[in-house]
Parts: sequence; structure tokens; C-alpha cells
Amino acid sequence: MPISEWRTDDHRIQEPECKGEERMSDVAAQPAPSLLANGWIRTGLITAAVIAAIAIGARIDPSGTIHKVFVDPFQQMVEAPDLLAQTVWEGLVSGVLYALIALGFVLIFKASGVFNFAQGIMVVFAALTLVGLHEKGVPAFLAVILTLGVMFVLAATIERVVLRPLVNQPDIILFMATFGITYFLIGFGESVFGGNPKQMITSELYLPKGAIDAKILGGLVSFQKIDIAAAVIASLMIAALAVFFQYTRIGRALRAVADSHKAALSVGISLNQIWVIVWFTAGIVALITGIMWGARSDVSFALEIVALKALPVLILGGFTSIPGAIVGGLIIGIGEKLGEFYWGPLIGGGIESWLAYFIALGFLLFRPQGLFGDKIIERI
Amino acid sequence: MSTATLEQPAPVTATDTILSLNNIEVIYDHVVLVLKGVSLTVPRKGIVAILGANGAGKTTTLKAISNLLKAERGEVTKGSIVFDGERVDRMSPNELVRRGCIQVMEGRHCFGHLSIEENLLTGAFTRRDGNAAIKRDLEKIYELFPRLKQRRNSQAGYTSGGEQQMCAVGRAMMSKPKMILLDEPSMGLAPQIVEEIFEIVRRLNAEDGVSFLVAEQNTNMALRYATYGYIMETGRVVMDGEAQMLRENEDVKEFYLGVAEGNKKSFREVKSYKRRKRWLS
Ligand SMILES: Nc1ncnc2c1ncn2[C@@H]1O[C@H](COP(=O)(O)OP(=O)(O)OP(=O)(O)O)[C@@H](O)[C@H]1O
Ligand SMILES: [Mg+2]
Repeated sequence: MPISEWRTDDHRIQEPECKGEERMSDVAAQPAPSLLANGWIRTGLITAAVIAAIAIGARIDPSGTIHKVFVDPFQQMVEAPDLLAQTVWEGLVSGVLYALIALGFVLIFKASGVFNFAQGIMVVFAALTLVGLHEKGVPAFLAVILTLGVMFVLAATIERVVLRPLVNQPDIILFMATFGITYFLIGFGESVFGGNPKQMITSELYLPKGAIDAKILGGLVSFQKIDIAAAVIASLMIAALAVFFQYTRIGRALRAVADSHKAALSVGISLNQIWVIVWFTAGIVALITGIMWGARSDVSFALEIVALKALPVLILGGFTSIPGAIVGGLIIGIGEKLGEFYWGPLIGGGIESWLAYFIALGFLLFRPQGLFGDKIIERI
Repeated sequence: MSTATLEQPAPVTATDTILSLNNIEVIYDHVVLVLKGVSLTVPRKGIVAILGANGAGKTTTLKAISNLLKAERGEVTKGSIVFDGERVDRMSPNELVRRGCIQVMEGRHCFGHLSIEENLLTGAFTRRDGNAAIKRDLEKIYELFPRLKQRRNSQAGYTSGGEQQMCAVGRAMMSKPKMILLDEPSMGLAPQIVEEIFEIVRRLNAEDGVSFLVAEQNTNMALRYATYGYIMETGRVVMDGEAQMLRENEDVKEFYLGVAEGNKKSFREVKSYKRRKRWLS
């Protein structure tokens, strides 16, 4: 090789040194380069084997369990596509809301490195504050603004009282602190607004009621207007967040902080300010999620169960990926509705409450970093 | 005649110093004493080098000034730091950057997932003088580093080490600093890239009047561009002087430039160095 070709490259040869600890840990996190170690290939092979086994099993015994579990539901899906569409739509809507809860979580995790156990409760707390304020006679839109104010105060307080003093402590301590926040919010919410379930102020916020029945796929599929509104609002909010992150000064700073706290600090980005902003953003997302969810059921701390669905969503989507949170939410939402409708009757129903965790667990075995686990930059 | 002298403006000597460290002590984790009384000054519009081997405390000194120590559980426990006529030892990095003192960290630390241009723009985070001014300065940076302009849309994580170092310096420049604390710009770079970067330092110093405090292990290169140098060893300044003087000093030549005359590893020379060191500290 001529010398001149060497020269253009020689500053790169020494590159690996410069990334220090980050690079080391990246390397450690990489799986061994074997075909089976690639999560996708392994999952694919195992799935193929399982399908083959099932197909053979169902052939041998056309009326047995294997047939009921693995063939019959799919036949039903094909025979009644309108029912399938209805089920998928319902799953999609709850999936969107799971995605929003997970999204708030990812925002906080990326920017402040905190595994925020309280994210789900923030959803309930925001909804409860809104409804509670309205009950106390505050007009609906003023109540929304006041609730946003409360979420801001909450963000600023958490930054000041929890994050700032604990900033250099191990992650587990911050995680425990979010447990504290969770129980504080439950206690505080109940003592101020009472513990009984409340109705969301849907009509006061001009959210649509009723349903649209569409004649498609040879049957009637019914779309609740509030669900359509939820899907539309959620999409708009995600788009707005994307624009905010991509094109604004603060959004850029948020991404910078998520990328490297140290470097962000060195260019004069104030982490405290960023944390308040990010927790407030998560608070806004929580409020919108809470309104949409509250409109579909009651507003009470029982929603907490729903909020905990964020965990399987995050396992599926990866803890640091916003697209992952969205796709993960949709998969879990649709998956559990399909499971409940087609497979639930086989075991007497009630699948919906645990299927998500089951899917997530399976996923953990094959792809622990999630569908969209953080893209690791590695120069070659 | 006496009245005429009285009406003269105040002598410039008071503002001649942009940065002074007065006998500072730094402790990590409440127990590890790393800096044991370091004093140094940087003249306004000067380029000063801190030299020394691994673990001498160069990085710690720079971080004490920019107050990035706190993030590493370090603390300035004694002494004072004055930047631009103001005590800054309790100030957050954010306030310091606003006042015009910014650090370029060892190992560059660009934001790997952001594009080069976005990296540069984050440097302007603390500025309040509007988008037009920021845009103008961005063009200036691109003029200074044409290579960054070519790669403005690449993710910084995928650019070369030299480009990342330029990006880090450019990013710091975007904050309109009076002073840059530059930590080992030569680390892991080929000689001609290092030279390129030091040429830029010289240009920024001459054209924009930015003062530099550069920590370097590449003594040779640093002393070619700096006007004054401090040599550190295990948390103390063991020698300081004009760059010219340091370049010609026998001990420095032997220990840091690797060009001593005669038998390099002779015991006597080591002893003379040690004596001198004790005397200086
Ligand atoms: N976060 C920390 N906690 C405890 N000790 C530390 C920490 N950072 C640095 N030290 C210690 O402080 C001493 C000085 O380190 P420093 O990084 O300032 O040296 P340096 O002169 O910059 O070296 P190099 O040329 O290798 O960058 C070293 O002994 C190091 O072990
Ligand atoms: Mg160092």
C-alpha cells in the first residue's frame, strides 16, 4: 500500500483510546460474535421449531388441546375479520396509552438516569388533581392549567428535594427515592381529593362521546369517539415532542444531557434546569394520559395497575428508546386484547392482567436490551 | 506635571491576570488528597501550559477551576480561585461558562448521538444574544475548521478523533469564552493533527484574544505554543517559568522532553532534579 494512503488514516488508528470508559463498557456489553448469540436469529430458529412442532401436533390430533390453542383461534380470526379488527383497534387504543406512560418514563430515564417508579402514579395523580379541582368548583380549562402548574411544582420539588441531594449516589438509591415519591403522591392525592373513584370531566373538556359504527370487513366495527380522540391526541403529542427534541435549543440540550451528563455539564448546560424541564414534560404527558385513560374508566388509584403495564412495555421497547416505548406499547396493548379475546376463554378469561408480563418475560430471555435497545455507536 | 499623572487611567496590571489559583487543595471522596497547594496565574490573552506525567494532577487542577470536580465527588478544600476579578471557587460550571470560562475535557467528550453541528450549537446554550449572532459564530467556527463543515451532519460518534477534538474546541468557542481550559488536546492524535489543533489555539488566542490554560503530556508541543509553563508532580507545582526557559532547562529536557545530553539515567542527575524539586516546592 502506498504511504499516502496510510497517512490519511493514521489518526484513526489511535482512536480507541479516546473514548475511555464508555468504550470499554460498550465492548463488554457486546455478545460474543456467534450466529446463535444474535438474538434475532436465535429467536427466529426457536420460533420456527416451535411452529413446526405445533403443526405436526395439530395434524396428529385435530380435536385436542394443541388444536384448540394453536389452530382454532387463528381460524376464528380469518373467519370473522370484523371481530379481529375490533379487537385490534381496542388493543391499539390501550396500547397508545401504555406507550404514553412508557414515554414519560423513557424521558426521565434518559435525561436524569432515574428509573422512575412513580411515572404511573403521576398519571393517576395528574388526572385526580384535574378532576378534584373541578369538583371543588374550578372551571374545567382553568383546572387544566392549574394541574399543569401542580405538575410543574412537583417537578421542581422533586429536582430540589430528591435529585439534587442524591445526584452522586448509586442508582438504586434514586430508584428507592422514587418509591418514596410514589407513596407520597398516593397519600397526598387521597388526603386532598379523597379516595373514592371519580368521573373524568370528559364533556367539560369538549372530548367527544359516543361511537362511530363502520361497516367494514363484512361486519360492524365500532369505534368509540373518545378512543379516536385519544389516538389522535397521543400521535400529535408524540409529534410535538419529536419536534421539540429535534429543533429547539432546550430539546437539543436534553439530548445532549441524555448523551453525556459530564460533557453537558462542561458546556454549561445546567443539569438542574434540564431535570425540572424533563420531569415537567413527563408530567404533561402524564396529565394527557390521565385524561384519556380516565375518560375510558374511572379516575382512582386503581389505575395504578394499568400504569404498571409500563414495565413490560419498557422491557419490550428498551428503556432508552422513545420509538421503542411507542412500538412496545402498541405490541403489548394489541397482544393482550387478542390474548384475552381468542385465548382467554380457553382458561376461563383474565389473561389480560398478566399476559403483558408474560410476553415481557419471554422477551427478556431472548433480547434483554429490548426491541430498540440504545443504539451503541462504535467506530470501526 | 503631577496632576497629569494622576489623571492617567488606572494601571493595567490589575486586570492583566485573567485567572489565578492561590494555594488550592483538592480532596476526592472526602479522603484522597490530590492537589496539595497549587498556585498559578494566567495572564489575560496568554497561553499557559501545565505539564506533568500521568496522575500529576493536571486534570484535577483544570476541573477545580471549571468546577466539574463536584460531579466526581471532588472538592476544593483550601485556597482561592479568582477568574476575571471574581472569586469563582463555589460557582457552578453553568455560571462559569456564562462568565466566559469553559473547559474542553480530556478525551473530548463530544455528544456521540448528536451531529457535529448540533454539538457546536450546544456550546451556545448559555448565550442570550440571539440566533443571528450564534449563526454568525457557527460560520466562523466552520471557517476555522473546514473539516467540521464537511461533516456538519454526521453523528459526532462516527467522526475521527481529530474531528472530535476540533468539534470539542469549536463547541467551547461557541460559548464566546474569554478563557478555555484545554485538557490534553493531543491525546491519541497523530502529530500533524496535534499541530493543526495547536495552530488553531494560537489563532484563537491572537485573533479573538482567548486565553488558554492547556494541560499536556506532550511537553514539546505545549512549550512551543505556550508562553509560560508550570510543571506538576504528585499534586504540586515543582517548577515554573517562561516556556523558553523551560525548553532549555536540563531537568525538563531530561524528564519531559527526552533529549538530555549524555547519560540519561544517571543517578546524579536524578538527585539534582530531586533536590531542585524540593527546593521549589
Ligand atoms: N474521581 C477521583 N477520585 C479519586 N481520585 C482521583 C479521581 N480522579 C483522579 N484521581 C487521582 O488524582 C490524581 C491526579 O489525577 P489527574 O487526573 O488530575 O492527573 P493528570 O495529571 O490529569 O493525569 P493524566 O496525564 O493521566 O491525565 C491521580 O492519582 C488520580 O488517581
Ligand atoms: Mg489528565
